[in-house]
Amino acid sequence: MTVIVTDSGFAADDWNGGFCTLDSLPANDCAGVDLPSDAEPEDLRARLEGLSLIRVDFPSFADGRGFSIAAELRRMGYKGRLRAKGHVISDQYAMARRVGFDEVEIDDALAARQPEAEWLFRANWTEHDYQARLRG
Amino acid sequence: MYQYNDFDAAFVAERNAQFRAQVERRISGALTEDEFKPLRLMNGLYLQLHAYMLRVAIPYGTLNGAQMRQLAMIAETFDKGYGHFTTRQNIQYNWPKLKDVPDILDRLAEVEMHALQTSGNTIRNVTADHFAGAAADEVEDPRPTAELLRQWSTDHPEFQFLPRKFKLAVTGSAADRAVIRAHDIGIQIVEKDGEIGYKIIVGGGLGRTPMIGKTLAEFLPKADLLPFVEATVNVWNRLGRRDNKYKSRIKITVHEHGIDDIRARVLTRFEQIKPTFKGVDRDLFAQIQQNFGAPVYRNAPVDAHTAMRLANPAYASWSDTNITAHKNDSYAIVSISLKKHGATPGDASADQMRVMAELAETYGHDELRISHEQNVILPHVHQSDLPAIYAALREANLATANIGLISDIIACPGMDYCALATARSIPVAQEIAERFDELKLEHEIGALKIKISGCINACGHHHVGHIGILGLDRAGVENYQITLGGDGSEDAAIGERAGPGFSAEALVPAIERIIETYLDVRSEKAETFLQTYRRVGMGPFKAALYPDSKASAA
Repeated sequence: MTVIVTDSGFAADDWNGGFCTLDSLPANDCAGVDLPSDAEPEDLRARLEGLSLIRVDFPSFADGRGFSIAAELRRMGYKGRLRAKGHVISDQYAMARRVGFDEVEIDDALAARQPEAEWLFRANWTEHDYQARLRG
Repeated sequence: MYQYNDFDAAFVAERNAQFRAQVERRISGALTEDEFKPLRLMNGLYLQLHAYMLRVAIPYGTLNGAQMRQLAMIAETFDKGYGHFTTRQNIQYNWPKLKDVPDILDRLAEVEMHALQTSGNTIRNVTADHFAGAAADEVEDPRPTAELLRQWSTDHPEFQFLPRKFKLAVTGSAADRAVIRAHDIGIQIVEKDGEIGYKIIVGGGLGRTPMIGKTLAEFLPKADLLPFVEATVNVWNRLGRRDNKYKSRIKITVHEHGIDDIRARVLTRFEQIKPTFKGVDRDLFAQIQQNFGAPVYRNAPVDAHTAMRLANPAYASWSDTNITAHKNDSYAIVSISLKKHGATPGDASADQMRVMAELAETYGHDELRISHEQNVILPHVHQSDLPAIYAALREANLATANIGLISDIIACPGMDYCALATARSIPVAQEIAERFDELKLEHEIGALKIKISGCINACGHHHVGHIGILGLDRAGVENYQITLGGDGSEDAAIGERAGPGFSAEALVPAIERIIETYLDVRSEKAETFLQTYRRVGMGPFKAALYPDSKASAA
């Protein structure tokens, strides 16, 4: 089982639309897609309209490519749900939110080790943000 | 100088509170050691050979007297009474305790300082020309640009888990004192048709694969700086190799893909990112710039200095080497050597820090700089105050007249402190300095940069030393390779390896043979070591270094 983390804390996954891989997307009518951390967001540009949830994998918390992928998807105009999934630690929650993720999906073991309070500690991610100041 | 606004102060306080909690969560087990590591690193905390090491940021090497005093206080309260100034214009404390670190960070915040992003796979402390704002040859003071980049890179959400570290340097002069061609991105402020802009150089770096940076943009309009740099780091974050840490720096990405391919990618990304900057950054830049106005210069005669030069040969010698022309004719830039013969390059005691703080407050418009060459600078001194400064420096063992000379050596901490080192660096620097002091040849030799690294990671910049020394481990024995002809300036070059390495005992005599050869073959006294090397090449030096292998050297 997994836990979905948002600004209001832990919740169960409410997504019922399933996930396709990038390759299987053209053949199927998927509303959700799984992106690996080495994906090229440009490949999704023509399909963004039809997607409701994009889930970006974090194979390791030290692999920061997902942050750039999220930023690029938002710059392309993607308005749907954007989820970081995998090894994301609570200390990265503010970064994830700032680059455009709506939520983080972690497994139960990580949720037990880093309980809800540690994530809520960073729910103030809109504060103290140099990027917001510099971009206006 | 830059003064924190409410936002900066609140940011650092919040960040320190987060780190305090992270230390507690590490102790409780909520964070694994693997997870804690990048978090402590992005807050400047390393685990070294014997202890933790805290690296405190001195953004673009600029600080005031109160900040220097606080660094002295921290050295005395939390460490062993000294600190080590580094080649990124930072200061390192070698013996802090983990439990004290959150308190140290709070004490730093009291004087508007921090240890953010001095380590880890992040954008590191932005460095700049240490003569910024004082140099006569400057197009524009690089510090406002460096400060803008500091704010942009601090806690940048996309760039806290990069493939590897990322270093930026800025210079406002064509004469490069900031080694911008050995940085991931080097920025030179340039003027074209009356407009000020930036030349952007990418993919330079030292380490085990030294590269000279390549030009990414010949002239970038000022307003495009942040989106352009962001596009560059974004391209590398996605493209840079994560399978091998020795191939992860942007220099390798540029090398593997080619500069034209990288430029095309950056420009595409730049077009996408530019609209996300609405121009507020330009307003902020204008505000930042106001913090860096010129000091209120004093108008007074400079006779005291000229008279003292005639009266005191030691003073004359010191002022020959340690003083640089200021853009104001009555002023001088004073370099304080942290390279007393036989001392550890870059170390200063708490007492010495306080002396330098007081000199800055009394005579130097309350400004100090740390140079990447590990010395301290008083950038704005009226020449009539030079004799008093010299006298105070002498009292504090800080008046060594060797700036730019053979004993003004950059050395990494080496095996005396560093977990990565394969050989000692500091004792080598000490021996070379003492030997040439003993020979009384230093001033005769003139301008010469020796740089020493205790391992292949090249923290001592040996690749760009006129004479570079690299300490390696050969089956448990220290072995030192020599390179010649390296140069970190605007004519940047990677030094050429002279041949087989030398044992610790044979190294200083080998350096002596190089110097004897130089003195022998230079065309005149004014021809520097580097000029001579460029004229005559490796041949005569090789012959002197390896006299017995003339035949087999071919």
